[in-house]
Amino acid sequence: MKSIKEIENSVKEMRLKALDIAYHCQNKLGAHYGSGFSMMEIFAALYSGAANITLENKKDPNRDRIIPSKGHCVLGYYTALNMAGFISDELLYTFDTNNTSLHGHPTRNLDRGIEFSAGSLGLGASFAVGVAYSCKLAGLSNRIFMIVGDGELQEGIIWEAMTIASSRHLSNLTIIVDRNRIQFDDFVENINDMESIEDKFKSFGFATDVVDGHNVEALMTILSKRYDRTNVVIADTVKAKGISFLENKPESHYYAMKESEYLQALEEIKKG
Amino acid sequence: MIVFDPKNIKRWMMLSTRNAFGTFLTELAAEHPEVFAMTADFTKSTGLAKFKEQFPNQFLTAGIAEQNMIALASGLASEGHNVFACSFASFVATRCYEQVKINLGYMQHNVKLVGIASGLGVSFQGNTHYGLDDVSLMRTIPGMTIIVPSDCTEVAKATIALVNYNGPAYLRLVGEGFIPIVNPEDYEFTIGKGIVKREGTDVLMIANGTMVNQSLKVAEELEKEGVSVAVVNMHTVKPLDTDLIDELVPGKRLVVTLEEGQVNGALGSAVAEHLVTKGSMPKMIRLGIQDTFPHAGSYAFLLEQCGLSVGKIVEKIHEEIK
Repeated sequence: MKSIKEIENSVKEMRLKALDIAYHCQNKLGAHYGSGFSMMEIFAALYSGAANITLENKKDPNRDRIIPSKGHCVLGYYTALNMAGFISDELLYTFDTNNTSLHGHPTRNLDRGIEFSAGSLGLGASFAVGVAYSCKLAGLSNRIFMIVGDGELQEGIIWEAMTIASSRHLSNLTIIVDRNRIQFDDFVENINDMESIEDKFKSFGFATDVVDGHNVEALMTILSKRYDRTNVVIADTVKAKGISFLENKPESHYYAMKESEYLQALEEIKKG
Repeated sequence: MIVFDPKNIKRWMMLSTRNAFGTFLTELAAEHPEVFAMTADFTKSTGLAKFKEQFPNQFLTAGIAEQNMIALASGLASEGHNVFACSFASFVATRCYEQVKINLGYMQHNVKLVGIASGLGVSFQGNTHYGLDDVSLMRTIPGMTIIVPSDCTEVAKATIALVNYNGPAYLRLVGEGFIPIVNPEDYEFTIGKGIVKREGTDVLMIANGTMVNQSLKVAEELEKEGVSVAVVNMHTVKPLDTDLIDELVPGKRLVVTLEEGQVNGALGSAVAEHLVTKGSMPKMIRLGIQDTFPHAGSYAFLLEQCGLSVGKIVEKIHEEIK
């Protein structure tokens, strides 16, 4: 098991690689910096031991499942899969280039540890609940980690999925909410304020915790905790964390960097 | 007041089809207080940021909740608004199909669905984001009107027409970045009336959206080899201008339909379904995405992959007219 310090070093590597592939790929229209960079520590924690998913057990039905429903978090997701050995450097660097299988949203491929073709928001949440229900029926001991954005909670299908998680008592399900407070158009509170997110989940009978989404130690502790019912980890994060001129800004959702900005971001992440 | 002079038309070309749409709707809203714009967390992307600023009481975002947007739109429309509900084509037409079928189709609410980023334009975003089945799906809904503009000038024409049209419709905005001008001057636009863009006697190309410009380029290439090609801008897929088809088909060696979308059930199918009733069918091919999920890449890469680049279309027509 990696130490906290080692995981933090991995996070820095992930940010550097994410910036590299986002800026240098063939797609000059932009990249989803905001949503991927807010999730770096969360993904690193999950793939560094908080979730039981390895190269050895990746096809085992009893493997833990990591299912991002907010599919546009690829900059965090792909770099985490790369860190964990599921995606080679060579493949990672085909990101957003012609003929790649690693484009702007993930495509299901169990060899690469990708469980779901996310992109249309909310759909992954329902899928994750279906997987959790099946695993429960089979008497498996694994955990299913579903990842949603706070803006994404505006999609009704998520709440349809919650009614199943609740009424079927899915204690193998952990929902991680990346609460970076910003969706595409604006801050979530200016569009449809979803607070109190905790209360909404509590009303379904779920256990809820709030954590600093950029504190690796806190994440490792809370994500390793298993409850006797569905639990929700609300991770407070900063959209585009690590890139100062994009942090906490709606425009970071999908952004095309100028060279000077890329160089500035590179310096900032290196200094970290 | 939207003025269709060459200067404006050149200026509009510099907008994407979605920004053009937002600009025109904002312009028209001032004189049409019944016009109401909605989006689902795509205010900027649908070119509606200024609309929201200038007409806050004629605007609502549903947030990331597309199916809810359609139902909300219908509620507003039933109270007298002419609602333009905008989001990615993949979401409004596909994800929201049932809401559209019942609210717009069955109840005929005055809602105009606007599908931005249709076709392959979002390049690397992949199949959850491409708008390829929108026309097929919307075609199955009785009472639905479907318009696919060929450039920003036509987006203006279509928007004006829809602001003045009482009934449900789907406006499909295809093409990304700068769309080549297909209509350089003012012209007559009528919902349901196809437009002959080029006369010809050997091959008839029926296209809409980005494929009109492609067809004109293909026609130029074929002309060099002595093949005479007619090109029709069939901007309205439903109701289809069957009179124009009946007028132009006789005597042609080949009919080619072209669309930046799945061929199953869309423009090509609509034309074939009509021709099959005539007693004798000309040779016909339907170009578009042939029942596959394309492999992500740049827009140019995707067009080539799907046989919709000028070169690939010319090659295909050559095969057929040998």
